[in-house]
Amino acid sequence: MVHFTAEEKAAIASLWAKVNVEVARGESLGRLLVVYPWTQRFFDNFGNLYSESAIIGNPKVQAHGEKVLTSFGNAVKHMEDFKGTFAKLSELHCDKLHVDPENFRLLGNVLVVVLAHHFGKEFTPDLQAAYQKVVAGAANALAHKYH
Amino acid sequence: MVLSSKDKANIKTAFGKIGGHAADYGAEALERMFLGFPTTKTYFPHFDLSHGSAQVKAHGKKVGDALTKAADHLDDLPSALSALSDLHAHKLRVDPVNFKLLSHCLLVTVAAHHPGDFTPAVHASLDKFLANVSTVLTSKYR
Repeated sequence: MVHFTAEEKAAIASLWAKVNVEVARGESLGRLLVVYPWTQRFFDNFGNLYSESAIIGNPKVQAHGEKVLTSFGNAVKHMEDFKGTFAKLSELHCDKLHVDPENFRLLGNVLVVVLAHHFGKEFTPDLQAAYQKVVAGAANALAHKYH
Repeated sequence: MVLSSKDKANIKTAFGKIGGHAADYGAEALERMFLGFPTTKTYFPHFDLSHGSAQVKAHGKKVGDALTKAADHLDDLPSALSALSDLHAHKLRVDPVNFKLLSHCLLVTVAAHHPGDFTPAVHASLDKFLANVSTVLTSKYR
């Protein structure tokens, strides 16, 4: 179980409230697909992923990125119970999507980089540390139902 | 993972923009790493790791200088980093998993300080660069 202090929870929620999901939605998933191109293996039916701009601008990437970020935002609201929050998604990613959980760690770290990119100095080392716990908790929770 | 000519161009441009801040960024990345990944502190029991520590600043400069040198020798990283490679293999013996953690924090630092320049392509090139440097630094481990 991941433990957050009250201050960490407040700081995490406060920053997340400022995340423009519409703007960020293409970025995290898009950067994952650009920086770690092998992750494109899960998105064969997404159409044009042939260049950086094609990936970032791809409407399916943006739509899926929004799903992912919304789900993440839901986790931020339930930091005491990542495993419960992600139980169904974990089963889905294992049984139907067959996604190696390593990809959740990669995406989590890309999200942290995107937050740093957006918020600059406001994304202090302490705030980053809190978010590293969030993304690690989320990744572990998404892997929890794997068998 | 091979650096393409586009990667090399991106890396050189990025380091041009980083310029004299490499030492500061090295220190900031270390601080981010110690806070975000506390297990990394086990390699520095002899350091004061509090915010603003002179030892962390000095060590950050070492890291920044080494990466700047590496960026200047992209066509021959093993040669340029040979001494550091020996040091990490025979003396420091930092577990390879930690290079990814510091690399991640270096990317976070650069992203935070260069919002306009840190495009996805540059992000990818820098990630590859740091992975290559990490591979060289652990190449003599066994």
